[in-house]
Amino acid sequence: MKKNIHQSCIDAFFLLFALFCVSCNKSITERNAAFPSLEPVKIDINAGSWKPILLTTAAEFAVAAPVAVTTPGYVADLNEIKGFQRNLTEKQKEIIRYWSAGAVLRWNEILRQLVAVHNLAPYQKEDGSYPIPSAANPFAYPQFPFSNPPYASRSYAYVSAAQYDALVAAWYYKKLYNRAAPYRVDSTVKALVPASDLPSYPSEDAVVAGVTVEMLKLLFPGDIAFIQQKAEEHMLYRIMAGANVRSEIEAGEALGRQVAQKFTARARTDRAGQAVGTPAYWKSLEDSTIAKGEACWISLETPKRPPMLPLFCKVKPFLFDSLTVIALRPPPPPLTNSEKMKTETAEVKWYSEHPSRERIRTIHFWADGTGTYTPPGHWNAIAAEEFIKENFSEVRWARNLALLNMAMMDAGIVCWDAKFFYFNPRPSQTDPSIKTLTGLPNFPSYTSGHSTFSAAASTLLGYVLPDRKDKFEKMALEASLSRLYGAIHYRSDCEAGLASGKKVGEYAVQRGLTDGAD
Amino acid sequence: MQRLRQGRYRIVLGFLLSLSLYAQAQTEMDGIMMSKENFCSGIVYSHNTWKEYWEGTFKRDNKNIGTVSTNMFAFMGNYGITDKLNALIGVAYVETKASAGTLKGMKGMQDMSLSLKWMPIDLKIAKGELSFYGVAGVSLPVSDYVVDFLPMSIGLGTKNLTLRIISDYQLGKFFATGSGAYILRSNVKIDRISYYTTEMHYSNEVRMPDAMNLNFRAGYRSNALIAEVTLDQWKTLGGFDIRKNDMPFPSNEMNATKAGIGLKYTVNKAPGLSLIGGATHTLSGRNVGQSTTLYGGAFYVIGFSKKNKNKSDNQKTNK
Repeated sequence: MKKNIHQSCIDAFFLLFALFCVSCNKSITERNAAFPSLEPVKIDINAGSWKPILLTTAAEFAVAAPVAVTTPGYVADLNEIKGFQRNLTEKQKEIIRYWSAGAVLRWNEILRQLVAVHNLAPYQKEDGSYPIPSAANPFAYPQFPFSNPPYASRSYAYVSAAQYDALVAAWYYKKLYNRAAPYRVDSTVKALVPASDLPSYPSEDAVVAGVTVEMLKLLFPGDIAFIQQKAEEHMLYRIMAGANVRSEIEAGEALGRQVAQKFTARARTDRAGQAVGTPAYWKSLEDSTIAKGEACWISLETPKRPPMLPLFCKVKPFLFDSLTVIALRPPPPPLTNSEKMKTETAEVKWYSEHPSRERIRTIHFWADGTGTYTPPGHWNAIAAEEFIKENFSEVRWARNLALLNMAMMDAGIVCWDAKFFYFNPRPSQTDPSIKTLTGLPNFPSYTSGHSTFSAAASTLLGYVLPDRKDKFEKMALEASLSRLYGAIHYRSDCEAGLASGKKVGEYAVQRGLTDGAD
Repeated sequence: MQRLRQGRYRIVLGFLLSLSLYAQAQTEMDGIMMSKENFCSGIVYSHNTWKEYWEGTFKRDNKNIGTVSTNMFAFMGNYGITDKLNALIGVAYVETKASAGTLKGMKGMQDMSLSLKWMPIDLKIAKGELSFYGVAGVSLPVSDYVVDFLPMSIGLGTKNLTLRIISDYQLGKFFATGSGAYILRSNVKIDRISYYTTEMHYSNEVRMPDAMNLNFRAGYRSNALIAEVTLDQWKTLGGFDIRKNDMPFPSNEMNATKAGIGLKYTVNKAPGLSLIGGATHTLSGRNVGQSTTLYGGAFYVIGFSKKNKNKSDNQKTNK
């Protein structure tokens, strides 16, 4: 009997020990490291005729005709490729493998990282006020930008829309000049990416690099050294891979940078720069809500923080005009002293007090709060992993992400309009005994931003990939409910957010149906 | 005869921002063995609070969480397989709470640990007694608790393999004990599928750095009373700093140096019963709260041996 006890103790210990050792391999499999090389099923040769967003025509910016492939200049360009290909290092092969997953995809990932890096609310000053990041001095604390969800949604939209226009222009010239890829011109040049019949002048990769660098100079000015380094690596990869000669890269980069000027000019005057508001404006929001006889939103942070970008609602949308923003405003939330509001508050409290493990999983899966790529970034990640399966051409990748991101930016504008028009308190303000299962965002409750972004995104994605429509709708609903489960939103915030997000998404679908890509 | 003592237990509260997530029976760090076929077990309660914390090296408070408190209830047991080999077991329940802001605390069963403690060397040197020990232990979560909600999470969720070496010297009624441990930690899974550390990661798995621990304790030790001072250092071997105003993350580099006092009193009138209590305070740290911990507990010894069937026999073997 005693012996048995002793033996079982020791056996149990060694069993645990063995189990532990089995589970102690520490390498992590990252999904984006395994993305395959992009091998488009269609080259979309007529994409030069697709409807651009800001360009008047695909040929608005001239691209000079390429030299003949028999000229000494082109031959020298081929020799550069051959020189690289004679002795590629492992590092260079890794760079080729990384970028071959696709230019639009990889720059979308880089942008998501920039958003996560900058998604930190400024720390208060000694006097309890909060400093505001300055684009003119991006390196000083707090670094510019604070890429909160509205800022992020606008960044994704501008970058994606500009990439799309630049690629439409590139495709126009590709078809016009019909220059074959180096590996087609010279059989001794190896194609280290999947070979394609797409004409290679100007380089679509360089177009994307050029346009994106220019956009990011505006949106993430403190990171330009990192961004420029990525762009140079990206463009050189095309040469090393035998996919472009240097003159194709140069023409593409120049075109990309020119197209970006149209978008940066728009961004400088789209009223986002004034979205922070002023102390007088913040006060007026309170006064006008109180004048309506309603309880007004109060920051629950200590020290009290001004609301996040209250004038983001005045930013110029992509898919409709500013009057449409007002027209899309959802009906009012339940009055703050109504029975309906009491019932809804009680429901929030129930979720706060009865967290199940499964609901916590849902809350955290969709939280996308501090230090993350935000909910619009999450939908970019979801979209990207679906698009990879489709093997879209670069121009179609850009078109679909542009539609997605314009939808989410405009959804953000419509949502912020509702938030600051109704200026409704959060559940924890209405009932201070409500504790939250995720961070409480510092802006009014109605409507839910997650719900609005998610419905806009799922509506657009359901149009692009109709076979997965149900899946996207379920995801949007889950994202929306996660905010009720987390006890930071009433049910009516979520429902109204889903409804108006869907309406905004429909505008993006309408644009998609008429842009010539279907 | 070799030195045998009734086991005693104490929780050394671990680290993290809420600093009580890593329960460890003190017996894994002391120079005391349970005698053969005796089982000592008991309950320890500890209360840990912090108001200031280190965000990297920047020390600050946060009025949106106020004071974070952690209560832990732990069951601990120590069985003497032989006089020189003990098996230790522990399991903890933890709950957390923030005094300000809206964040809801969490609660639940945390980790269980199982260790073997071996005393291969026990020498008379000068007028004292020098002994060496080796401890190997595993710990693992006993529930699917949330690890990615610091500082309200109740634990880090890693499976740990701890290897420790202890040396203990006793001269009359005074002792000094030093030990060092290497803690191999498994990766953990979180509820999201991407996260940023110093770069983006597209996975729900987080690579957790290993850790090491140094512990020094000295004081008075007799059958009836132990009174000691302790100094403990935990260092995470890797990980990254919390950025300014960011949330903490399980794979942060969490370091802490703590000083403490401890008492154990063996009740004369109730043979086999002992009471413990003590306190620790964090002197310096990185990505952890500056915590203060108070604890207390009660233990009872049961003898399974026929020739050693009551606890008072065991008491007599103690020096």
